[in-house]
Amino acid sequence: MSTTASGMPSASSPASPGGAGHAISIRNLSKAFGDHVVLRDISMDIEPGQVVCVIGPSGSGKSTLLRCVNLLEQPTSGKIWVGNDEMTDPDVDIDKVRRRIGMVFQSFNLFPHLKVLDNLTIAQTKVLGRSLEEAKKVARHNLERVGMADREEAFPSQLSGGQQQRIAIARSLSMDPELMLFDEPTSALDPELVGEVLAVMKGLAAEGMTMMIVTHEMGFAREVANRVVFMDGGYVVEDGHPSRVIGDPQNARTKSFLHRVLNPMVIEPEDMHPDGLRDAISELAP
Amino acid sequence: MTTTTVEPARPGMSRRQRARLTRGAQYAVGLLVILFLALKTDWKSFSDSFFRLDIAAAMWPRLLTEAIRNTLVYTVLAFAFGLALGLLLAMMKLSSIGPYRWFANGYIELFRGLPSLVVLFMVAYGIPNAFPGFKFPGDFFGMVTVGLGLTAAAYMAETIRAGIQAVPKGQMEAARSLGMSNGRTMFSIIIPQAFRIVIPPLTNELILLVKDSSLVYVLGVSVAQYELTKFGSTFLNTKASPTPLIVVALAYLAITLPLSSLVRALEKRFAKAR
Repeated sequence: MSTTASGMPSASSPASPGGAGHAISIRNLSKAFGDHVVLRDISMDIEPGQVVCVIGPSGSGKSTLLRCVNLLEQPTSGKIWVGNDEMTDPDVDIDKVRRRIGMVFQSFNLFPHLKVLDNLTIAQTKVLGRSLEEAKKVARHNLERVGMADREEAFPSQLSGGQQQRIAIARSLSMDPELMLFDEPTSALDPELVGEVLAVMKGLAAEGMTMMIVTHEMGFAREVANRVVFMDGGYVVEDGHPSRVIGDPQNARTKSFLHRVLNPMVIEPEDMHPDGLRDAISELAP
Repeated sequence: MTTTTVEPARPGMSRRQRARLTRGAQYAVGLLVILFLALKTDWKSFSDSFFRLDIAAAMWPRLLTEAIRNTLVYTVLAFAFGLALGLLLAMMKLSSIGPYRWFANGYIELFRGLPSLVVLFMVAYGIPNAFPGFKFPGDFFGMVTVGLGLTAAAYMAETIRAGIQAVPKGQMEAARSLGMSNGRTMFSIIIPQAFRIVIPPLTNELILLVKDSSLVYVLGVSVAQYELTKFGSTFLNTKASPTPLIVVALAYLAITLPLSSLVRALEKRFAKAR
């Protein structure tokens, strides 16, 4: 049984072998960069249609977990299935499986040398073999979904961060993915642009898209996700419905993390060296 | 003014006034040097030897139809060959496969360390000796292309490698996440961006090649193969006047200066697509 650091069973305790009806199956996944262990024996299943938010302090391994799912990071040990395909099988046609997995990055990663429409059509034509006409049709449909239909001739550098991220989502959607991975999709955005991206993601969730989202947006996690995974130190500490993990956390580490995230202005005495605190105060009132 | 203590060098003069005075003095000195040289020069004898319009006129039609044409042909061929080979070497150097990397490193170190002239000689005389009966495709032009292109490739490989590495890692990740293969990502996503980055240094390479094409003149060339320098030096010998040198120098500038403005235009065009 996969246990959490707190000794609690995870919400969906995975005993069955991977694949078999799950959108994503992770078994005993560990990842180390040299001596630095980032993920420790993670096991979980994500079901089709689930919207899973992965939260936790920086360095907790949540982004690495997400990046292992489409093999942007090679796991040190353990197995991962996406649908019925084992990603960790050395013989898997990784390019073929990745077509079915949308990925949205913190830094958007639009192709800056291509116009918006070409950003959306290039993989459709080169990977899926769609005709340019068909690819444009799909692209325009998805631009409309993210509210960017009028900017297909723009270059990425001419758009705001929020617009770029919505284009990046539309680019992934144009491949008709079975599931979407979001790696801190709003962390690089100015605060006033976060809402437009979250709104698009909320729409996707409502349409039944399977989504795995690494995020710091607690409001979004609480409102849109139907499952929240809290990670710390490479472990899954808590895993369950947002009303429980965010609303009524059991583990001390979850409580402390949520307290800090939800009350950023509260200075914890143990968080700050006395001299630093004194300096901070004297700067405010010279 | 309370705490800042700037000692005025001369009372009544602000920092800006002093800077202006210094600059004025520099202009004045420069002007005096130019005036002095202009007065000392024997303009009559200078223009009689360096600006003989009759000699320049005698060079005329062939200057364009042979000399400039051949210089451009040698340059463009060697550049195209060097670019293709340089791109290949750059990708080998970035390869995860050891022997590819070692070969690329060895090649780059070797051809960067040899003078272009030596490489040109080795290609022109070494290869026909080593492989009797071998003829370059395109004959003399093929030989020059390889002779100049081998060296250019070594420099361009390093430039292109730096350009590829300057493309953010996220571009590769995004393309691979869309299901593109490694090769497809290279050709559709990474290399187009890398080339936008390396346009200025590659133009530098092109301008160097324009001038290196003059090395061709050490090979036994027939009249129809003369490029600018050989063409000029023949006139230099027959007319016993340095005027052909000036004409040739101006012809080189007529090729290289537009290249510089072409780069500026390209950079401007790509500015928003980066």
